[in-house]
Amino acid sequence: MNNLPKSWKKESLPHKFCPGCGQALALKILGYAIDELGIQDKAVYGTDIGCSLLSWNMFDVDTIQTHHGRATPTMVGLKHAKPEAIAIAFMGDGGGYAIGAQHLINACLRDDKITVILINNANYAMTGGQTAPTTLIGEITTTAPAGRKIEDFGRPIHGPEMLETIAADGAYIARCASNDFDTTLKYIKKAIQNQIDGQGFSFVEVLSMCPVNWKKKTQESLDFIEEMKKVYPLGEIKVSKEESVE
Amino acid sequence: MSKELLTGNEALVRGALKAGATFLAGYPITPTTEIMKYWADEHLRDNKLVFLQTEDEMAAGFAAIGACLAGTKAFTATAGPGNILMQDAFAMAENLRLPVVSFIMQRGGPSTGTVIYSQQEVNLTCFGGNGEGLRIVYSTSNIQDLYDYAIKAFNTAWKYRFPTFLLGDGYQSKMLSAVEQKEPQEIIEPSPYLLNPNKEAGAYTNLRNTYNLEEELAEVIAAHKKSFEAVSPEIVEFEDIHTLDAELVIFAHGIVSTVAKEAQEDLRKEGLKVGLFRPITLSPFPTQSAQQVVSNKSILIVESSLGQFAKLLKSEVSLDFSKVKELFKPAMGVTKQEIIEAVKKIIKKNKFLVKNE
Repeated sequence: MNNLPKSWKKESLPHKFCPGCGQALALKILGYAIDELGIQDKAVYGTDIGCSLLSWNMFDVDTIQTHHGRATPTMVGLKHAKPEAIAIAFMGDGGGYAIGAQHLINACLRDDKITVILINNANYAMTGGQTAPTTLIGEITTTAPAGRKIEDFGRPIHGPEMLETIAADGAYIARCASNDFDTTLKYIKKAIQNQIDGQGFSFVEVLSMCPVNWKKKTQESLDFIEEMKKVYPLGEIKVSKEESVE
Repeated sequence: MSKELLTGNEALVRGALKAGATFLAGYPITPTTEIMKYWADEHLRDNKLVFLQTEDEMAAGFAAIGACLAGTKAFTATAGPGNILMQDAFAMAENLRLPVVSFIMQRGGPSTGTVIYSQQEVNLTCFGGNGEGLRIVYSTSNIQDLYDYAIKAFNTAWKYRFPTFLLGDGYQSKMLSAVEQKEPQEIIEPSPYLLNPNKEAGAYTNLRNTYNLEEELAEVIAAHKKSFEAVSPEIVEFEDIHTLDAELVIFAHGIVSTVAKEAQEDLRKEGLKVGLFRPITLSPFPTQSAQQVVSNKSILIVESSLGQFAKLLKSEVSLDFSKVKELFKPAMGVTKQEIIEAVKKIIKKNKFLVKNE
């Protein structure tokens, strides 16, 4: 118990995610970020539905579990109403890139000072592994039984790169992988700090293992993350203008 | 008190300000757009008033929810297709009993319909979403009502913690009328659901609208229903005009009831025993009072829809259907003359029946 984040709600343990799930790791890292930034009493955690709703009582942080795609506008409203709150919207690739894509794009465009953390596990996991905007070409899902084809589903979406084209100067945009603890912690902390500093919109996409729906063992899942990295390069895609000058 | 000439949309904004609202999120749609315009002007004057033009009505609804969670008197305004999209947020507000206030100014439907007028958003506003309709809906009948009930909507929402709607229409939105801007007798203060400064140290609020077990959700619905029924008598409002001795009672709501009132007055002057019953709250419905009114009387239901209000009335009140006549004009205004003619036709027929008994 000692090495768990202080901001994790101990009564809710064990967490409800599948064995080997990368999202649970990302949430653990988010817990450490909240601890290290000392924002447990200032943050509001807004979660989407899909697998992310399993985290509705994961944190000793005030939390609202919203509708599919709507974590972003709920946090946008809360932040505008209470600018001193630290608003963290958490969602999957469906919530951010499909059903809630318009909210993500417009929050970035308006430079709403919220932090969005998006899990990219290349499928819709809660409903049993359907094609997501992030599914790789050739990857088999229940709605692409012969593998994703460009002619059916288009090309995999590059969310951070897309947002970078409309983000304001103070925005922070990054992509990491949940099996890289240190980098993910660093990026999530920077994203939240960007909000605390009033710099602008901040966004982190986290590549994440989904062994159950990928139908892969642990090592195979980690290997698949390496495949994903070839399509979705990791790194800080946009740092605030001030930082890039330094 | 002196009156000021205001459009309906302007009166709504004045009422919202008087009620202490500090947050509007919306997406432009006729006939409510000027509500955003007037609020944007107010925001320019006072930057503590938050104004958020969102990307769509779903975002507007959820942003209003976010603001309510932060303890802000937040509202949105929409109509027609926007009302459809906003039901996503309203369903969540219903699940969590969040005091989101919405001004719905009906336009013609289905679909994009017309931008002008109807009473076709009764079903959607009272029962939209995948819930049980545990919402408070005020149906306003004139511009003065818009000001008065804008204030009341915020008070009711924050006092009883149910999503609250002011249901008007495009005629009311756009009309100019002299409005008396009364000081409210009472203002209910909001309090935050999240980040409450008065909370116990180390206590955190985790809110959800998704449940694991059938029993868990059933318990939540039962508790909401019980609360709704308990507070309904305090919320229910209606107007009853000369129904006691009436041979025929007109049932109408909203702006149609204003026309019906004029028709009723004219008919009384002609010596015809006609009354009017106007529910002000469509939800909770003034069921008991309406039930008392209908006994042994002819009923004429008048509305600018193909019977959405009539269905509501019939589901709430036990009626002798042989005594019920309807004047339905979907997405069109109703004139006084049309109501007078409809009433006279029924009374004439009644006399004929009595004579031949």
